[in-house]
Amino acid sequence: MIAGELLDLPLLELSARLSGRRASSREATEAALTRVEATDGRLGAFLRVTAERALAQADAADRRTARGERRGPLDGVPIALKDNILTRGVETTCASRILAGFIPPYDAAVAERLEAGGAVVLGKLNMDELAMGSSCENSAVKPCRNPWDLSRTPGGSSGGSAAAVAARQVFGALGTDTGGSIREPASFCGVVGLKPTYGRVSRYGVIAFASSLDQVGPLARTVGDAAALLGAVAGHDPRDMTSSARPVDDYLGALEGSAKGLTVGVVRAWLEGGVEAGVAARVREALAVYERLGARLVEVAMPHTRHAIAAYYLIASAEASSNLARYDGVRYGLRVRAAGLRGTYVATRTEGFGAEAKRRIMLGTYALSAGYYDAYYLRAQKVRTLLRRDFDAAFGRCDLIAGPVTPGVAFPLGERVDDPLAMYLADVFTVTANLAALPALSVPCGLDPATALPVGLQLVGRPFDEATLLRAARALERELGPAPAPRALDRAASPPGPERPA
Amino acid sequence: MSGGVTLSREKVRAIAALARLELTPEEEALFGSQLSAVLDHVRVLEELDLSGVEPMTHALGAGELPALRPDEARPGLEPSEALANAPAREGTFFKVPRILE
Repeated sequence: MIAGELLDLPLLELSARLSGRRASSREATEAALTRVEATDGRLGAFLRVTAERALAQADAADRRTARGERRGPLDGVPIALKDNILTRGVETTCASRILAGFIPPYDAAVAERLEAGGAVVLGKLNMDELAMGSSCENSAVKPCRNPWDLSRTPGGSSGGSAAAVAARQVFGALGTDTGGSIREPASFCGVVGLKPTYGRVSRYGVIAFASSLDQVGPLARTVGDAAALLGAVAGHDPRDMTSSARPVDDYLGALEGSAKGLTVGVVRAWLEGGVEAGVAARVREALAVYERLGARLVEVAMPHTRHAIAAYYLIASAEASSNLARYDGVRYGLRVRAAGLRGTYVATRTEGFGAEAKRRIMLGTYALSAGYYDAYYLRAQKVRTLLRRDFDAAFGRCDLIAGPVTPGVAFPLGERVDDPLAMYLADVFTVTANLAALPALSVPCGLDPATALPVGLQLVGRPFDEATLLRAARALERELGPAPAPRALDRAASPPGPERPA
Repeated sequence: MSGGVTLSREKVRAIAALARLELTPEEEALFGSQLSAVLDHVRVLEELDLSGVEPMTHALGAGELPALRPDEARPGLEPSEALANAPAREGTFFKVPRILE
């Protein structure tokens, strides 16, 4: 088998070949590194490639296989991590100038768990600075592009994770999701992306953005691959005090189930005004597939959807302004010298943070400041209670809620950079799951007829019921298949421009 | 709900100072209008009657969090590791510019 074909395999199929010694981890890792080398100048998914380290991990995995000591489905599989996940000894910057040169002295819990499972980590992936953004354009290093159309955004903030997985540079990746940062890029790039329930995956060693919302989760090319990655990283960690002690379900086992007997909630308003026709059409088709498979569709109400963005941006920005106070040039990261300690704080932060980080820090500072706290932050937290009640009521009538991930497909780079509010409003369908602390995923459901770009279906589940989401997503994937491989990177040397269906 | 929210230049400067940021005059104008637009949108929350609604102060429900771990000494980072990323250090200390002039 030629190297390129190996890269087209889903993670679990590569894993089966490694296990049967029909392919080696070294072979897969070399192929992935070659692919990164050949394509990433145009794609921009990687901030750092750790080739030597990856090849050493690959050789170790191959030796384990030879001894009959495989550690599980990820052993020897090339993956990569979003750059807000700490990796001991490997520079981790959150795509921000403020952390340039930062070498973590310890690994994030999820990095440890993947390593314990034998995964080969190829490097660190591009993102919006400090995970703030929906397009990867806020990266202080370089923009990342969409492998379906290099003139468009891969989404954000886990844009590098989605782009690398879709472009066959790696077999899977981890991202983080505070308001849609796994699901939106997954939808834009035609891959599966899952935000677990708050508390399901440890955030120990993950650079904090908004601590009551942040979760780590997988991006992969198939539902099964995402299930394998989630199974490897989920579970209690005493080093994260928000980590749940609930036992972890058998996610791979859940894939065997069908959609028959499931009750799927549909929010009529989520399919109307403001959603592009092509997106709405694909989502409706996916709902029809569920009906055909024996699921029952019921209409549910989410009356506070129109308040979600306001509540989300107040809470996320308030928490960010507090979390980002640690970047003061004293203990790590950038220091810009100025007169006195306070002058050094100001100079460091002014030079270290990009425009979006500054906007959010200021919004959060304002929302928390004396005289405004009740009107903004406290009010937003009460609205959060109402949103959670909407979901609780809906889940009394259905097992999961299905709808669009985003109102539109991947948009052109540059289109929204001058209008932060427009960028924020497009997060309307994803922020609700974060505010309500619920699991949610994006699974490909076809291409938009107008642009031939991927559309994602969002499934939101009950707390800690990732298994039902994966079961339902797999049932859809069995009917529709995973998204095809994007081709923009393989059309050599053609100038970036909108892609058309072949 | 009447009229738009407009943050004055002075207000924008005051928020930036609280956040330990310094803005150029251009940034003051730009961020001022962008933040005003966001705060204007946020006013949608004013239409809700929130009396008697408890704030969601934690993302996990009661009983979901595991018991606190025992308070006992455990190994942490070595001083050399903790200091390895320091922009300036002296001995086992982070070194900062003079605080009192």
